[in-house]
Amino acid sequence: MSAVLERTEAPASAITSESTEAVASLTHITKRYANGVLALDNLSLTLQGGEIVSLLGPNGAGKSTAVKLMMGLSSPTSGSVRIFGADPRHTITRLRTGVMLQAGKAPEMLRVCEYVNIFRGYYPQPMPYADIVRAASLEGIESRFFGQISGGQKQRVLFALALAGDPDLLFLDEPTVGLDIEARRGMWAQIRSLATRGKTVLLTTHYLEEADALADRIVVINKGCVVCEGTPAEVKSLGSALSGASTSRSLKIIRCSTSLPATTLLAIPGVTTADRSGILTTLTSTEPERTLRELLALDQTLHSLEVQSPALEDAFLALTANP
Amino acid sequence: MSTATITLPAAHSNTLTRNLRIFLTEARYEFTRLLRTSGFSLSVIGFPVVFYLFFGLIMPRGEHIGSVTVSKYMLAGYAVFGMVGAALFGIGGGVASELSTGWLELKSASPMPPLAYLLAKCCTAMAFGVIIVSLLSVLGITIAHVSITFPEFARMIALTLVGTVPFACMGMVIALLVPFNAAPGTINMIYLPMSFCGGLWIPIMMLPHILQKFALLLPTYHLSQLMLGAFGYASAGSTSSHWLGLLGFTLIMLGIASIAFRRLEQNS
Repeated sequence: MSAVLERTEAPASAITSESTEAVASLTHITKRYANGVLALDNLSLTLQGGEIVSLLGPNGAGKSTAVKLMMGLSSPTSGSVRIFGADPRHTITRLRTGVMLQAGKAPEMLRVCEYVNIFRGYYPQPMPYADIVRAASLEGIESRFFGQISGGQKQRVLFALALAGDPDLLFLDEPTVGLDIEARRGMWAQIRSLATRGKTVLLTTHYLEEADALADRIVVINKGCVVCEGTPAEVKSLGSALSGASTSRSLKIIRCSTSLPATTLLAIPGVTTADRSGILTTLTSTEPERTLRELLALDQTLHSLEVQSPALEDAFLALTANP
Repeated sequence: MSTATITLPAAHSNTLTRNLRIFLTEARYEFTRLLRTSGFSLSVIGFPVVFYLFFGLIMPRGEHIGSVTVSKYMLAGYAVFGMVGAALFGIGGGVASELSTGWLELKSASPMPPLAYLLAKCCTAMAFGVIIVSLLSVLGITIAHVSITFPEFARMIALTLVGTVPFACMGMVIALLVPFNAAPGTINMIYLPMSFCGGLWIPIMMLPHILQKFALLLPTYHLSQLMLGAFGYASAGSTSSHWLGLLGFTLIMLGIASIAFRRLEQNS
C-alpha cells in the first residue's frame, strides 16, 4: 500500500516542482535546418515564473529560432523543449502562451477590433476586450482596417493579439521595432506590469537599452550558443572585461579630436585601447582622471572632448565580436 | 476512476463546441475579408459573369447543343469556371499570402485548431461559388429565358459545394509550392488553360480531337460534365467515371499537399 502511495505521489510532486520552478526550458537544443545551417548549438535556457528574460544577440544568432522552438513552430534536431512541463505543440500549452513574432503581418481587410475578437475567441478565459485595447494603446484605431494603419500601430495590434488570451507566458520577438519613443516606453510599461502580475516574458531585442531597462536577466547568444547570462549589470561588467579593459569600475570611454599618434596615446597611463575613425579618436581608460590630465597637457589643440561610461551596447559588442 | 468516465465525455464535447465556435468565427471573418478585398471579389465574381454574358447569352441566341440550349449548356461551363476561380484564388492566393507574411505562423502558434482554419477557407470558397452560380443562373433566366427547374438548380448548388473541394486542394498545393509573388501568375497559368481545355468556355466537342482526349485528365472537364448531367445532358462518359476522375484528382492533390507541407515543416 505504501509503495502504491509513493508511486502515485512522486509524479505529482515532480509536476508541481516543475511548474513552480521552470515555466519554460530548452535543454541541450541543437537545431540544424534542412539547408545545413546550424541555428542553435547545444543551447540550454530556462525561464522561471514571473521573470523577464531578454535574449540578446546579433542578426542570425538564433534568437528567433529559440522562440519558434519554444512555440512548437519548429522541432529541434536534438534536445528537448518543455513549456509548463509539457510539449509546446499541445493545445493545453498554447492556451497559456501568447506570442508576437518578428515580421508578422495580418491580412489587410479586417478591422483591428475584429482581429482582437478573433484571437480572444481562441481562449476559454480571454483578457477583457477593453483591457487589451488599453494595454496595447489601440484607442481610436479599433475600427480601422489593418491595411490602413501605420507600422507602429500594426506592431501594437500584434502585441494586443499576444495578450488576447491573458497568457501566463509571453514570447515577444523584437516587439518594439518600428515604434516611436513614446509608444516604445508605453509597451515597456505594459511588459513590466505583466511581470508584476506574475507573467513570464521572453523578449528578444536589438535595442540594448530595452534589455537593460526591462530584463531581470539577459542571455546573450551568438552563433547558436549562450555567450553569457546574468543581470544587466553582470553582463555589462563581463562585457567590459572581455573588451580588453580591466573590470575596474572606473573604466571610461573618452572621445576627442586629437592630433597625437596612436603610439603616444597608448603610452598615456590608464589607456587600454585607442581607435581613430575620421577626426575622432576613441580611448578606453581604467584611470580616466590621470589619462585626461596627461592628454590635455600633451595636446593643447585637443577639442570635442566627451567622457562616457561603457554602455550595455559596448558589452554586447565585446561579447559577440568575432575572434 | 468514476470521475474520469464522467468528465471525459464532457471535456470532449466542450472541445467540440469550442472548435465549432472557432470555425464559425474564422469562416465568417474569412468571408467578410474576401468580400471586402475588391481585387478578389470583383474579379472572381465579375469574370464569369461577363464571360457568360458575352459567350453564353449575347452571341448564341436560341441555338441548341443536343437537347439543351447553348445558353443553358454554357451556364454549366461558366458555373464551373466561376467556382474554380473562387477556390484557386481564394485558397491558393490566400494561403500563399498568409504564409509569406508570417500570419499563418502566428495562427499556428495560437490555440486555433488548424482544421478550423482550413475548413473556414474551404467553406468561404464554397460560399463564393454559390454566389457566382446563383448570379449566372439569374442572368440566364432573365436574359436568355433559360429554363431551370428547382431540382436542377439544387443539383447545381450541391455540385458547387462538392466540386469546390478538389480545387481547394489544388489551391493548397499551389500555396505550399509556389512563392507568394509568383502565386497569382501561376494560378492563372493553370486556371485559364485548364478552363479552356476542359470545355468551360466553348463546348468540348468544338475543341480539336487531341484536346478532347487530354480533357479526360482535367478535373474541370469532369465537373462540367457532371454539371451538364444535372441538366439532363447526356455526357460522353458515365457519371461514375466523372466522379472517379474528380476523386482521383483530389487524392493526388491531397498527396502532393501533404508532402509539400511536411517539407515545409522540416525546413522550419
